[in-house]
Amino acid sequence: MAIAHELAAQQREISVSEFFAKNRHLLGFDNKKKALLTTIKEAVDNSLDACEEADILPEISVEVIDMQNDRFRIIVEDNGPGIVKKQIPNIFAKLLYGSKFHRMRQSRGQQGIGISASVMYAQLTTGRSAKITSKIGQREQAHYYELHINVQKNSPEIAKEDVVEWKKERGTRVELDIEASYSAGNQSVDEYLKQTAIANPSCTIIYTNPKAEQVIFPRVSSEQPKKPKEIKPHPYGVELGVLMNMLRFSDDRTIHSFLINEFSKVGGEAAKQILENAAIPPQSKPREMSREMIERLVEGIKRTKIQNPPTDCLSPIGQDLIEKGLRKEINAEFYASVTRSPAVYRGNPFQIEVGIAYGGTQPADQPIRIMRFANRVPLLYQQSACAVTKSIIQTAWRGYGLEQSQGAVPAGPCTLMVHMASVWVPFTSESKEAIAHYPEIIREIKLAVQEAGRRLSIYVNKKRRVADQQERVSIFENYIPEVADALARLSGAGKEKIIAAMRKMLEKNKEYIQAHKEAHQVEERKEEQARLGGFEDE
Amino acid sequence: MSKKPKEALEELGKGLVKDVLSNKQPKMIVPIRALSNVTFNKKTEMLQLGGKSAERNFFNVAHAKKFLQTLEVAAASKNLLEDGKHASLRDVFYMVKRTIPNTRTNVVDEQAESDDAIEDLELLTEQSREQLNINANKMGSVAGHVVIEDKGDEINWSKMGSGGWSIPSNVEEITFKRVRAKYVIYMEKAAVWERLHEDKFWDKQNCIIMSSQGQTTRGIRRLLQRLSIEHKLPIYVLADFDPWGFYIYSVLKFGSINLAHMAESMTLGTARFLGITADDIENYGLKKHLIAFKDVDVKRLEQLQNYEWFADNKQWQRQFKLMKEMKAKAEIQALSSRGISFITEKYLPEKIQKGEFLE
Repeated sequence: MAIAHELAAQQREISVSEFFAKNRHLLGFDNKKKALLTTIKEAVDNSLDACEEADILPEISVEVIDMQNDRFRIIVEDNGPGIVKKQIPNIFAKLLYGSKFHRMRQSRGQQGIGISASVMYAQLTTGRSAKITSKIGQREQAHYYELHINVQKNSPEIAKEDVVEWKKERGTRVELDIEASYSAGNQSVDEYLKQTAIANPSCTIIYTNPKAEQVIFPRVSSEQPKKPKEIKPHPYGVELGVLMNMLRFSDDRTIHSFLINEFSKVGGEAAKQILENAAIPPQSKPREMSREMIERLVEGIKRTKIQNPPTDCLSPIGQDLIEKGLRKEINAEFYASVTRSPAVYRGNPFQIEVGIAYGGTQPADQPIRIMRFANRVPLLYQQSACAVTKSIIQTAWRGYGLEQSQGAVPAGPCTLMVHMASVWVPFTSESKEAIAHYPEIIREIKLAVQEAGRRLSIYVNKKRRVADQQERVSIFENYIPEVADALARLSGAGKEKIIAAMRKMLEKNKEYIQAHKEAHQVEERKEEQARLGGFEDE
Repeated sequence: MSKKPKEALEELGKGLVKDVLSNKQPKMIVPIRALSNVTFNKKTEMLQLGGKSAERNFFNVAHAKKFLQTLEVAAASKNLLEDGKHASLRDVFYMVKRTIPNTRTNVVDEQAESDDAIEDLELLTEQSREQLNINANKMGSVAGHVVIEDKGDEINWSKMGSGGWSIPSNVEEITFKRVRAKYVIYMEKAAVWERLHEDKFWDKQNCIIMSSQGQTTRGIRRLLQRLSIEHKLPIYVLADFDPWGFYIYSVLKFGSINLAHMAESMTLGTARFLGITADDIENYGLKKHLIAFKDVDVKRLEQLQNYEWFADNKQWQRQFKLMKEMKAKAEIQALSSRGISFITEKYLPEKIQKGEFLE
């Protein structure tokens, strides 16, 4: 008894903020290098989401200043819609506060942890508060805040609050001091911004790195991506716990109308069917359903055939823009892109897109470069744990003109980009680094990658044939003087005369090669045009 | 003599130049030298080249190099003919071997390539290698009561010391002055020839003894043919009891696949296989000196069994069958187990006297 009392004295509620303060690796703050990337990523993702929602062509400036002793100041400024004064403290200094968690809509952020976690990381490592400026319109005032998070209560603490002059029409500026380290390479801020520019061709990014060098990733399309629609959840994706919650707070008078109102693709007939399969009277009150009934309801849903969820809620990048994005950032010879028709995993609609850039200055003797994107956000860590990588490995690349050893990523001068757009991208962890291995997702990625591979192989084979022809010509060009010399010795005819005649014959061969090359290019263009309409599901 | 070959070479060159100047792709038509294009003519009992030929077009990547090799060899041969000099196969290899400018390719990398080109050239010009002033290496000895003349020198085969006269690769220009012999024994092994020579077998038995080292060279084949035709001498072949020994006889008698185009000037319709036969193993007690077959031996034996020219020959099929049953082979030298001179004193005289040979 006494021990239990003692233990009870130590037992208390843990706030979300406290939990994450101790488990920051779950959010992508495992080490100093990654912390820099995650902080910038969260801020940029938020900016892009906000611009997209407000139909604004994004222009984002990212500045990283080296403050010495592993401290960096990060300033991210956008031209987005801004944040109303009242919400600023909550958005930046309260974990799990956001607009995106409860909606079924494609967006970069999902849980409402990101930026506030960065603020907390700054606070833990440098003790400095976050400095936020935001303005929502030309004639509005710009509000300036310095914010802390109260870690025990998970609530914002305002250190300073002010109204300031800001020339910008509207936008948000975030300034954070964090402990971090900077290096270039595959998992760097530089790479993240470059890939972001590829997947978001309508945005301009101005990046100033810690060496005070400025890199501009310009906009290549002023076409704003289609604004994703919000949808209701589909019954197939709903779990028991979620369903219980939804029922408890439901205002619907009957379970029948609850199903129709709260889910997508459930009409009167489908609802009736579900309830029949679940053996639940249609007039039951949602709030009074027992746990046992809810379990039967979940079973009933499984046994009922329901239409797939609507897919107009998705906003793919599009074949055309994927290619433009790749052309802008990768120096290659051949580009192709594939956008699959939408598909569904566990009731969640999703869509896979693939882009490929082959040849050029890319190294031929190394594994291909894989760029993974989820809702236009580059995924730089945990490549090997990702469904994208698994699908690529399981594809037979030799037939498409790349080298591949058993169970490995193919090798060759190639970049392969895979984008998954979905209202809910299933990540393997909260730090959102790898896509989970759902069979439906792997199947779609494979089909898209195969389609891109087929088109790659057409190019590679033709290139090989042209190269063969060229080699042929060079063989003959070098052999002609030798053969002519021997013939002159045998026949007594003039060597030069023989060389000239043989060279003339070789010209015909060359013309053939040239014609072949041109036909090849034209064909490719036609092919592209034919494919712009998108692909039917197989 | 050397005028006609030179013309043939010139013709080859002129024909190709004419093609090139009239904008036609330069091509050579070369008969295929492979078992698939070789038939056995039952009437003449000779291997014959069939009608299949391959086109060698310079403007075909796969042919360009061979095309060049053949022309290089032809030009080299023309130079030899003009200078009145002879070169060995090895010489010709070095004469044409060099790196093609701007490439890392050599005209020829191995002698086998130039040898092959020379054989093609023989077919293209209908001239033998010797006529093109290209000789193989000398690889044979001969002894007997024979006097010949070669380039003005008189040579007596009975007075050549312990080494005998070494047979040149081109025997076209020698003339026989005096031939006193009842038959010729040709053996595949130089060591056996030396035994016969030391024992003065040719003197005692009044015959000619001849050998090579391994495969029979063209010079030897031609010399045997001339002795057979011009002096009506029977030719006996002494070889090991194994598929390779049998094949030496086969080449002498019927011709070889590679040189099917020259069968007429090479084959010896009258050649007789003296030994070692399966019966000799039995009769001369050589059983304990048998060497067990390897897989390759079995395979080669099966090939022999199926050759058209052996297919209907009951004597030979019986030998093949017996050898297959024994699954073993024996060397000529196995006879030495009965005494060092057993071969000259007993084996050969007995066999020839009794007429125990295969045809």
